[in-house]
Amino acid sequence: MRVAIMSDIHGNREGFSAALDDISDRRIDQIVLLGDYVGYGPDPEWCVDTTMRLVEAGALAVKGNHDHAIADPSESMNTIARATINWTRPRLSKAQCDFLAALPLTLELGEVALVHASLNSPERWHYILDDRRAVTSFRQTTARLIVCGHTHLPTLISQDTAGTVRQHQALTAAPVPLLRSRRWLAVVGSVGQPRDGSIAAAYAIFDTATSEFEFRRIAYDVGTTVHKLRAAGLPEPLAIRLQKGK
Amino acid sequence: MVLRPHSGLVIDGFTLGERLHKGGFATIWDVEHPDHTGPLVMKVPTITDGFDGPTIVGFEVEQMIVPKLVGRHIAKFVAAGDFAVMPYLVFERIQGEPLSEVFKGVPIALPDAVALAEKMAEAVHDLHRQNVIHLDLKPENFMLRADKSLVAIDFGLARHARLPDLLAEEFEMPMGTYPYIAPEQVLHQRNDLRSDIFAIGAMLYELVTGKAPFGKPSRLAEVRWRLWKKPIPPQSLVSDCPAYVQEIILRALETDPKDRYQSAAQMLFDLRNPAQVKITTRDGKNKRDPILKRFKRWWRGQTFVPFETPPLMTVQIEMAPIIMAAVDLSPEMEALADRLLLSVKRMLIIQPDARIACVNVIKTKRIGLDTARDAEGNHIHVARLLALRDWASGLGLPEDRMTCAILESSDPAAALIDYARHNHVDHILIGARGSSSTRRFLGSVSSQVVAEAPCSVSVIRLPQSGRFAEASEASAAVMHPDA
Repeated sequence: MRVAIMSDIHGNREGFSAALDDISDRRIDQIVLLGDYVGYGPDPEWCVDTTMRLVEAGALAVKGNHDHAIADPSESMNTIARATINWTRPRLSKAQCDFLAALPLTLELGEVALVHASLNSPERWHYILDDRRAVTSFRQTTARLIVCGHTHLPTLISQDTAGTVRQHQALTAAPVPLLRSRRWLAVVGSVGQPRDGSIAAAYAIFDTATSEFEFRRIAYDVGTTVHKLRAAGLPEPLAIRLQKGK
Repeated sequence: MVLRPHSGLVIDGFTLGERLHKGGFATIWDVEHPDHTGPLVMKVPTITDGFDGPTIVGFEVEQMIVPKLVGRHIAKFVAAGDFAVMPYLVFERIQGEPLSEVFKGVPIALPDAVALAEKMAEAVHDLHRQNVIHLDLKPENFMLRADKSLVAIDFGLARHARLPDLLAEEFEMPMGTYPYIAPEQVLHQRNDLRSDIFAIGAMLYELVTGKAPFGKPSRLAEVRWRLWKKPIPPQSLVSDCPAYVQEIILRALETDPKDRYQSAAQMLFDLRNPAQVKITTRDGKNKRDPILKRFKRWWRGQTFVPFETPPLMTVQIEMAPIIMAAVDLSPEMEALADRLLLSVKRMLIIQPDARIACVNVIKTKRIGLDTARDAEGNHIHVARLLALRDWASGLGLPEDRMTCAILESSDPAAALIDYARHNHVDHILIGARGSSSTRRFLGSVSSQVVAEAPCSVSVIRLPQSGRFAEASEASAAVMHPDA
């Protein structure tokens, strides 16, 4: 089974569409969405609608911190994130809000554990930025692969036969065989707001038959998204971030 | 690991037969499988209950890299086993003997030594082109087939440019086999394909002289000597070692990777074209360097400064291609030859480590007698070579980066293609005469080269106007899309 994993779409219609177009060409059997459908971007309604349609068609989706903040204004956030969530909240219909509120924090797909931020206390939204911060996630599960988002930085981490957790280079361009001798944790990067220096939308494909994991980057029309952000009067740093990819 | 390998064990359909080899880190078994017809071997790592980190990670590295490799210089991958049950790798069985058998008889005859080095360079270039650096090349890790071709085995220390390097992330010890390990590997650098060139140099040295260039050290401190010590020049040990062989060996064994051959194909080129090897001061070096020079090298070796990091491996191999310029020296083609020179110069700007092979073909009669002399009795071959050298001097390259060769053939295109194939040329630049209808009908040398060459080909043409168009047969020709 070939699984496409997307995270942190953040109301970016152009990025989300480009990633979905790419997916349609790649014999994907299962779509997985790791949360943060809204926040930061100018098209939250479209992104939530698309997510709802995908879930209806069989996609798996978990909840992100921005999705949670729609229903729970007390969620702690930085000023810009809070400003866009406050801008987003009135734009969503009740059905859309209910959909986001009902999303689970974690899911499992065969040997793969799905979560937005980290498996240890998923509701606290810990950032897995390096191997040290991945250790506790490995402790929470026996899953062979944990996939998550939240940091917007594609990252690959493994736990070897001796239990040592190490970070590896997350290279695009070639699928990495996720050896069965280890357990793995992959942060897939962000579809709608990349922060690793590349402006292209990030997502990943995992092939359960070959056990190969591929980080993908898809160019999309950043200019249009930036234009919409400005037209909506959203904070300017968000536009700059999309143009710089960090 | 639940199972231990033994004769008669059946795992995933493979039945283990005789144990063929027991090494320090793994055992090799003869295996059969109903779905696979050819002879197969299974490699099983020897995992004890003690600290086996490096063995396990090395085997993981091999499981990761080997399935990605193709071609005749590797043993074809068949299957891999799960660590939870019994880790293994199954390969096609190579009919032949380990190259270490040959090394038992060193020194061997010089032509045989050079021929083996050629095979090594060829096999290694094939790996490098697949983004893999072996990093543990030694006689035990080559299998010599009955047809004398070489197969590289044991990728436990290898590095794939596009996969995570599990070894670099886990261990601090330099990894490799002491007699053959390159200086940068001693400094924990695992990203330079020129490390493999050093190993080939060390093996050729041993084949020619009977001794390893840096001895057979057993302690890491002795291995570090190669960071500042130079090997004894082969000619001091074997007086009839030709200067060109010494030159090739010492260049491959240079301490700093940037002073070595920049690709295995460039080393192969010199091995196959002895007359073209530029003899430098490395030749005739049978005295030790003056003390100050030695001290400087020693100091460099003490300071733990890593060598300049190579660019990405994929970029590294592309920066050091062999470019072949097929030059037409006939008088009416002077303008075209000038333009070709300009194109080669431009290539050198973007590929600064390129090696340029300038080639010209003397067309002989199909049923030819001696064509070496023209009507006046001049030696055509020599005259052509001089003319070609003169053309090539316009490139302003040092002699060790440039070669001039004159081929003789009744079929110039075939001769050029053969030369390109034999010397692993990456890119051919060839001039094309005008596009006359006769030429299109009969076929031109350049179009045949474009159609059949084993590499990229750029065809250089003069603009179809002005002085050249008047002189050419093609003055009135309609421009065709292929022109």
